[in-house]
Amino acid sequence: MTAVSQPALTPARTGWADAFTWPLAPGHFLALINPLWSGDRVQARVERARMETANTRTLVLRLGRGWHRHRAGQHVQVSLAINGVLRTRTYSISSAPTRGRHIRITVKAMGEGGVSEHLVRHTQVGDVLTLSPPHGDFMLPRPVPRQMLLVSGGSGITPLMAMLRRLAARSQLWDVVHLHYATDAHDVIFRDDLSTLQARHPGYRLHRIYTREGGAAAGERHFSAAQLARLCPDWAERQAFACGPEALLARLDAHWTDTGLTEQLSIERFHAQLATPPATAHGGAIVFQRSGVATTADGTTPLLLVAEGVGLQPPHGCRMGICHGCDAVLLSGCVRDLRNNTVYNTPGQRVQPCVCAAAGDATLDL
Amino acid sequence: MSLPTHLSPADVEAFGRALDELRDTTIASRGAADRAYILGVIRLQRGFNLFGRLAIIAALPLLPQLGLVESLWWAVAMAGLGGVLLSLGKILENMEIGHNVMHAQWDWMHDPQIHSSNWEWDNVCPSSQWKHSHNVVHHTWTNVLGKDPDVGYGVLRVTPEQPWRPKYLLQPLVNVLLQLYFQWGVALHDVEPEKLLDGKKSLADTMPMLREIGVKAWRQLRKDYLVWPALSALLVLPLAATGVAPWAVLVWAFGATALANLLANGIRNVWSNLIIFCGHFPAGVHHFTEADVANETRGGWYVRQLLGSCNISGGPLLHLMSGNLSHQVEHHLFPDLPSNRYPELAPKVQALARQYGLPYNSAPLWRQYGTTTWTILRLAFPGGRSTASAMVAAGH
Repeated sequence: MTAVSQPALTPARTGWADAFTWPLAPGHFLALINPLWSGDRVQARVERARMETANTRTLVLRLGRGWHRHRAGQHVQVSLAINGVLRTRTYSISSAPTRGRHIRITVKAMGEGGVSEHLVRHTQVGDVLTLSPPHGDFMLPRPVPRQMLLVSGGSGITPLMAMLRRLAARSQLWDVVHLHYATDAHDVIFRDDLSTLQARHPGYRLHRIYTREGGAAAGERHFSAAQLARLCPDWAERQAFACGPEALLARLDAHWTDTGLTEQLSIERFHAQLATPPATAHGGAIVFQRSGVATTADGTTPLLLVAEGVGLQPPHGCRMGICHGCDAVLLSGCVRDLRNNTVYNTPGQRVQPCVCAAAGDATLDL
Repeated sequence: MSLPTHLSPADVEAFGRALDELRDTTIASRGAADRAYILGVIRLQRGFNLFGRLAIIAALPLLPQLGLVESLWWAVAMAGLGGVLLSLGKILENMEIGHNVMHAQWDWMHDPQIHSSNWEWDNVCPSSQWKHSHNVVHHTWTNVLGKDPDVGYGVLRVTPEQPWRPKYLLQPLVNVLLQLYFQWGVALHDVEPEKLLDGKKSLADTMPMLREIGVKAWRQLRKDYLVWPALSALLVLPLAATGVAPWAVLVWAFGATALANLLANGIRNVWSNLIIFCGHFPAGVHHFTEADVANETRGGWYVRQLLGSCNISGGPLLHLMSGNLSHQVEHHLFPDLPSNRYPELAPKVQALARQYGLPYNSAPLWRQYGTTTWTILRLAFPGGRSTASAMVAAGH
């Protein structure tokens, strides 16, 4: 996993060409000619766009300098300015990795005026977006498993689509069972692509399950152990990959855990999964050293929120512990990682304020 | 005593609240147009840098040996033009971009590429030290004698309230040197060399800062006086095939490029010095004592910033090339608001000043720099009268 690269404005930066442009980087000047040549952070131009459903849109992105090929299932952070403010969200790449200069992302508008809404409703062909390098551990294993089970809900199908496309392109769709949950038939993203895959690859068996459509009994609309046993009796022998709403993932997680098969299930989540805070969790006095601000924080509020609460505007990216865009040095004291309750107390250590809370007093170089 | 005596504490607070309202309104309206502005200025600056450097290289093949004697003049004019373009890039970078980005004026965009926490500017002063001496000390203690390091920068006597000492006899000369080498003065500012000389600070304590300046200065000098001149020499060397002595080609190309870059840095030094001296030194400006600022309220702070700062009146080009420090008053009242908003704030601030009977110091460049220069010349000698403008407006 690679952090969003910082601008080339720090003395640590080296490279012979930088001697000509320091404190900037050569890419800052190349970008004057073509934004995609920036290279400092990968820039991508929207080349085509297609509505998949009423609120889901696929964007075909032409990649700029500095991109390295993703693996099927991985995601990317997309940054764009909304009302002047740069905002970042994470999206799965829905296209298979190729040698070409393009990727696709498929975005569902959530209706809250955020990045997704903007990408679906306002972004136009020709617009330039900023991308992080591709990352994520959720990806097609090497070698490809003989038997696979895919479970997706709603827009959670996007990373699985990248996997399916990859498998199809290499004729490796030997034996894949796919359970896809959508509210109704109109809500199925990649409807035509899925039908095509079904027609061409007998080894690919798709079950569409509609959660809000008449006909099916109430008990058959959502994931259950019985439903799984009926649709995919040999599920326990399969490598399973799942992405979707938190409720679906929680059920899957519980089922595979109960049956002792956790190892066979890979899950992709789009927000940090927080651990239950220990009963002893407590906050303390927080000092943001560089800004000269002192405040207090409880033991469960991310320090990034605490900093913003006292009027600071630290740089940040994903706000979910992936991109390291908000990393700060812990100068003294103690913080707790909200995802796994790990406690950090080594002075000089870099911590992630977006997923770390106070664990007693702490001083951050922020 | 330089604080207004005609305003009651309640007046001062009301004045402060009115300014707070202006500030809040501006913050609420920041948006896409502001981002487009700063991105546009950054593109313009990088364009000046790029075309400046290309023009210098393009001038080099116009070697006098190749043709008429006039070609020398063409070459010099072209290289000079390149130097001027490069200086425009450096001026924009240092003033409208670097200074303001480091003031956190653009942090609200949450853009890691344009953020006060990691911006490094195109001069020899490390940005971390600048943010301390300038943002923290100067903007907090503006014009307070003994507290604000920018009152004469430790080397000039700019108000009669500074006691005269014989060293100030040299200040007309010091002033010219500071102007020519301004980026070095800025670089050493946070080190406080005058305290080092007086023995109030030890060399060991300042070593880490000096080392940081050394690293920054090396990278800057390497760029302008080593790698670009060397690249020029390399590119022009094939001309030796036309019969010109290779050493002459090398010396000409290397030297002409280095000189053009020196010109660019020099123009930037003189211009930025000119603008910055017009911010707090012209006639009419007020100075304060530590007693004046004891228990100072937010309203009082606003009043002091207004009395201690001077604007330069002029057109949009002046405002852009001065990094909007032509709106020094608005900048000191609202140091972290985007600089492109100062022009729209200025008439509102001026109206408030009039309403409260406070002076609003604004005059053309020639007048502000004229009185600044006169002050520096006059105060080289003992005595001198305060020029602080009258406080109570007529009829108030």
